[in-house]
Parts: sequence; C-alpha cells; structure tokens
Amino acid sequence: MTIASIASSIALGVLLLGSVILCARPLGRYIADVMEGRPILALRLGGELERALYRVAGIDPARETGWKQYALNLLLFSTCGVLFVYLLQRVQLWLPLNPQSFGNVTPDSAFNTAISFVTNTNWQGYAGESTMSYLTQMLGLAVQNFVSAATGIAVAIALIRGFARHASPTVGNFWVDLTRSTLYLLLPAATLIAIVLASQGVIQNFAAFKDVTTVAPTTYAPPDEPTGPGTNTGAGTATLSTTTGTQTLPMGPVASQEAIKELGTNGGGFFNANSAHPFENPNAFTNFLELFAILLIPAALTFTFGAMVGDARQGWAILVGMTMLFTALWLVAASSEQAGNPLLVSLGVDQQASADQSGGNMEGKETRFGIGASALFATVTTATSTGAVNSMHDSMTPLGGLAPMFLMQIGEVAFGGVGSGLYGMLIYALLGVFIAGLMIGRTPEYLGKKIEAFDMKMTSIAILATPLVVLIGTAVAVSVASGKAGVANPGAHGYAEILYAFSSAGNNNGSCFCGLSANTPFYNTALGLAMWFGRFWVLIPVLAIAGSLAAKKRAPVTAGTMPTHGPLFVVLLMGSVLLIGALTYVPALALGPVAEHLMIAR
Amino acid sequence: MLHSSLRPALVATMVIFAFFSLLTGLAYPLLVTGIAQAAFADRANGSLIVTAGEPVGSIPRGSIPRGSTPRGSTLIGQHFTGPGYFWGRPSATGTRPYNALASGGSNQGPLNPAWLDAVKMRIDTLRAADPANTASIPVDLVTASASGLDPHISVAAAKYQTARVARARNLPVTTMQSLVAKHTQGRWLGIFGEPRVNVLELNIALDALALDATR
Repeated sequence: MTIASIASSIALGVLLLGSVILCARPLGRYIADVMEGRPILALRLGGELERALYRVAGIDPARETGWKQYALNLLLFSTCGVLFVYLLQRVQLWLPLNPQSFGNVTPDSAFNTAISFVTNTNWQGYAGESTMSYLTQMLGLAVQNFVSAATGIAVAIALIRGFARHASPTVGNFWVDLTRSTLYLLLPAATLIAIVLASQGVIQNFAAFKDVTTVAPTTYAPPDEPTGPGTNTGAGTATLSTTTGTQTLPMGPVASQEAIKELGTNGGGFFNANSAHPFENPNAFTNFLELFAILLIPAALTFTFGAMVGDARQGWAILVGMTMLFTALWLVAASSEQAGNPLLVSLGVDQQASADQSGGNMEGKETRFGIGASALFATVTTATSTGAVNSMHDSMTPLGGLAPMFLMQIGEVAFGGVGSGLYGMLIYALLGVFIAGLMIGRTPEYLGKKIEAFDMKMTSIAILATPLVVLIGTAVAVSVASGKAGVANPGAHGYAEILYAFSSAGNNNGSCFCGLSANTPFYNTALGLAMWFGRFWVLIPVLAIAGSLAAKKRAPVTAGTMPTHGPLFVVLLMGSVLLIGALTYVPALALGPVAEHLMIAR
Repeated sequence: MLHSSLRPALVATMVIFAFFSLLTGLAYPLLVTGIAQAAFADRANGSLIVTAGEPVGSIPRGSIPRGSTPRGSTLIGQHFTGPGYFWGRPSATGTRPYNALASGGSNQGPLNPAWLDAVKMRIDTLRAADPANTASIPVDLVTASASGLDPHISVAAAKYQTARVARARNLPVTTMQSLVAKHTQGRWLGIFGEPRVNVLELNIALDALALDATR
C-alpha cells in the first residue's frame, strides 16, 4: 500500500462528498418549496398539467389526509405496481419492443422482480441482457424506479410535517406528494443525467443486438448445460472444441434507465454486470456522475428537513452523523481492498499500487475503476438503498465485504435511500433522545414534540422489523436444502452469501454476493417476502409516527430541553445506530466475514 | 366507511399509475433516445469500431457504411490468446470468455480453493508463454474483471507483455513500447480513472502496424 494510491482514493471520496453537499443545500431547499407547494417557477410551469391530472383522477389537491389514509393510498399504489410489473413480465413475449424475442419470465422470478422494483430494492435474480425485453425494462422497471423513489420522498416529507406541524390532524396528500416529487425533481434531473451519460458512451437505442466480427477468434468449451451468470467459474478446464469469430453486443435504452436507477437509489441494472458493464458505466467520469446521482437526493433531504422544521442546524446534525458513519466504513473497505489478498503474495503476483496500476484485490473489479472508485462505489451503494455495483462484492476481501454488509444492516441510514434514508435516520434520532431521556429522567422531546409510548412502540417496530426479517430469513435458508443449494463458495463465505442476500433484501438494497444462485423458487419467494416486509413494516410505522407527532402541540424550548443540533446529539445519534447494529448483527457477522478474515490473515 | 374512502382511492391509483407509466415509461426514454441519437449517435449505438474490410452477412442496418465491418466496440473487451496479441483480463462470462450476452464476474471469494487454482493456472499460462520474463505478474492479468467484458488492462500489464508480443511479431521491443505508450490513458486530474490501456484498440493498432511492415 503506497501513500499515493490511498491518497487518490481519498481525494476522490472527498471530492464526491464535497460536491454532493455543495449541491444538496440548494436542492434541499428547492425540494422543500416543491413539497410545500410554494409558487416557484417549476410549479407554475407544471401547474396546468398537474391540475388536469388531479381532475381526471378525482383528487382534490388541497385536501390532505391523516396518516392512515395516506398509508392506504400508498399501499394501493404499490400493490397496483406489483400487479402490473408482474403481468408485464408474464406476457412480454407477445408485446412490442422485444427484438430478441425473450420469453415470458417464470412466475417465481416475475413475482420476485415485481416486489423488488416496487419496494425500491431492485434485487435481481435474473440477468437483464438475456431476460427482459426493452418494453419490460422501460414500462415496467423504469416506471417503478421513478415512483418507488417518489414514494420514499413522500413518506419522508410526511414525517417531516409531523415534526413541523402543530396540532394538525393531517400529514399531507399522498397523490400530490408523489406527483410533485416525480414531476419537478426526479424526471428533470434524470433526463439531464441520462443525456450526459449517453454522451459518454452509455448506449441508448432500440436496435436489435449487434453481431461484430472479432479481431481474433475465440475458442471455448461449449457448456454442457446452460449456466446462469451466478455460477460462472471461468476455470475453463473442459476441452476447448468450439471456435467463433463473432461477438454479439447487447443493445437497448440503457442511459435513460441508468440515470433514474442511480438518482432514485434503485440500483437495478439493465445488464447482469450492472454498473460494472461498460455500456452502463463506460469511464471514470460516468462513474463519478453515477455516485453523485446516488447521494444527491438523500443528502438534499437533510436540508429539506432543516428548512421545513425551520432550523437548518437540525438538518446539518443529521447530515454530519450520516457523513461520519459513511466515512468510517468507506475507509475500512478502501484500505482492505487496497491491501489485496495475502494468498496471492507467495504466487508472485504484484498487488502493489504504482504509477502503472491500481494494484490491490482486483478480482471482480474493472481496470478503469481500480480500487479507489470500486471501494467508494461499494460503500455508496450500500450506505444508500441503491444496490447498483461496479465491482463484484462477493470477491471482495473479508473486511472489504463486511463494510457494505454492515452499512445495509444498520438500515442504510448513512445518507440512505431516497426518502428512506432520512426517515430511517429520524427514527434513530427518536431512539437516541428516548435513551437520553431515560438517562437524565426527563420526558424525551425532539423538535418540541414529546415522544410518548405510542411513538416509541412504532419506533421499536420500525427498528426491529428488518433485523427480524434478515436474521430469520438467514436462519431458515441455512437450515433447508433449497437454501444451501444456492451457495457458490465453500465455508464461511458461502454462509456470508446468504446473510448478505437477506440483509440486502430486508433493507431494500438489492446488491448481492452474487455467487448465490438466487433465481430459484425458494430464494425468489423468500427474498420477495423479505423485501415486501422490509419495506412496509418500516414505512407504515413511520407514517404512524408522522400522524402522532403532527397531532401533538409543539412544546416551547426551555432550559431543560436537550439541544438536538450539537456534537453531543450527533454522538448520541451515531451511538444509537451503531449500538442497535452491533447488538443485532455482530454474532451473525462473526460466523461470516469475521471468521473469514481470521482464516485469511492466518 | 372504508368503502367510501377506498373507491376514490382506487380511481386515483389507476389514473396516477397510468399517467406515470406513460410519462416515465415511454415518453422519458423516447425523449432521451431522440436527443442521444441526434446529438451523439455513435456513442448511443455502442461506440463501434469500424475498419475497412470485407462485408459480412450479418452487418446490422444503421450508421455503418457499406463495405466496412464492425470489429467490436471500444468499450467491450475481446478475447485474445495468441502470443502476438496483448491479452486482456481473464473473463468469467461462462465457459466462453468475453461473451457479451452473459456479463458478470466470477463471484469467487478470496479464500475459495477453486479460485486460487484458476489464478495459478493463469500464472502458469503467462509464464509458459514467456519463460524469459521473471517479473512479478500484475494482479489484473490473473484476476477476472467484474463485467467479464473489461476492455482495459493496467499499464503494468501491458508492459509485462511487450517483450512477448514483440518477439512473436518480429518487431523491435522499442516499437512495442512506444505503441503501448501511445495507447496509455492516465489518471485524469490525478484522481479520475486508473492507468490503463485499451486492449482491443492496442491490438487493432498492432495489426495495422504489421500490415504496414509487410507492404
């Protein structure tokens, strides 16, 4: 490990965080204006369209609802999405924009994928370039990339209103919140990013796949049986008996999908290799833009929070806590990956960083990204609920792989998903002030709202639901034959693949230790359920808290009020996140990456 | 009571869902496609490399001029095994390397014995192809990329191979070194990207060089 290699990795991360925070501030205020319906230019321009839409849909935009109706509308909308995406996959063969004539998706895979995209998880049991028609990618998956992100924003805004309002029976109008966050935020930003990506080589067309005549022929062993991408070994020990001079390049409307995939913290790749695929992420600049797009809205929402509760410092405190958690785990991943694999040293392999190579653990990484941009991407994608990958996490070093896994397990609150990151972190803030209240013997308060029994019950459900889903899911999968059958790597790493899968599904991330063959009825069903409950068992209690808080009066600040914008609060906040995360997951992690680290470092 | 609130909610769900499906599922990708095709069609269509040559039967219609053959994409790597070509990263796209229909990595863990065996085999192959070269092998030459389609190798990996390629091509090593130097891309602003060489472009340039030499 030379100083230079780590230095450029760190410079890249600092530049990313700096530019995100710089842009997040004005964007956060803009989001507050949009969601509060202030007569800014954008809303005046779209006003006509918005009103027409509400008229047809029979919605009175001025009429707000309580949290229960808000949650019901949200659930109806999400269920409608699941049904539509499921049906679309099941009939895609007979629909247009399917130049490769991909067949209809199997019922269990279609079920899994429908839930996956509606819950903003974007776990993918299938390989895009050999499964989904262009129409399914656009009309099914991309639509959910937009509206599942908009749903997350809506819930976060409803919760902020809970804090900001005084004795109010309502938390907002779900339809208006959904429409405005899509029309005035996601759609224009995604269009801009998509065009920039296409200018850099991310493909955007509706052509059939293209055959090219390769410079040299490829001799290979024909597969005895069709192998899924997850079961690749690349060992090539069989007889090389077939020769081809043709390479078939996949095509499709990728840039439009890629932009919203990152901006909405979705993460579902057009291709199996996701953002490692050169057609999704061709160079270091697109990589930076994709990372920027992932972090932008989650960071901006902390400023929206500050603006809507009328105290910018409150938003800053949350943002600082998020950034510190992020930085700690990013440095673990970056240094561990740069150090490389100790087993390769004795084989005469050069893993040293130099002016001529990035060095480090390059298995499952792209040359153009090297260690710095790969470790940063792995951290960003799991600190948020994105799950896009530009390297294969399954091949990371034990500690390098532990960092993304733990970031998901703490609930993706270091920036977090679009909306879900902020509401997740605010739930931890409630827990933090509750614990502090117990310690000093006062009724806990946050932003002038008394935190009472109902709020804490809902907080507990929101915090404990995902660990329950993750740990029970993992326990079941390691106990049954159909669960163990999917494992690709022997020993502790195989168990880690399963733990990672349920951590990813339960926390709506979508990245994987992809050696696990998850496109089976068992995993499609189990992970589908994990995603559904992982999303709504958090989201509905959050809305309940929003309703409860909105109805409360705002207590005046007194000498006994604990300030929630200083360093003490930031420490308390991070303490609650790490305490819950460690208490819940250390035993599970000890059996996987920790055991593996001890074995490799021996 | 529930009925009275459910019915308008269902209507709203249907209308809003249909609206956003059309807007973000059709209008948005069509708009982006229109702009991309008008402004940078080559890139939006896969950054194809077209060299003069005999036409093949399967040329897709579109921007490729008659009489030329697309030889690949600058962004997508190809498989090279001959001693006279620079080799790319090992590829884990099933049993057929650089199969662009099955992108992906090996997904083998850092302790997996099968992975270690595969790495040892790659080391042996490299050593056998150039026994005189005793330098340590750059890590990217023996580890599979994430996409299986990585178009690049590190500059170190290109330098490692120059002597072998020069010998096989009967060209001076210095010619080979300057060719590699010409195709080297560094870190932009010292931060973005890693030192790398595009293997397909390098090998096409190598073939052109050999063609000139025979003329």
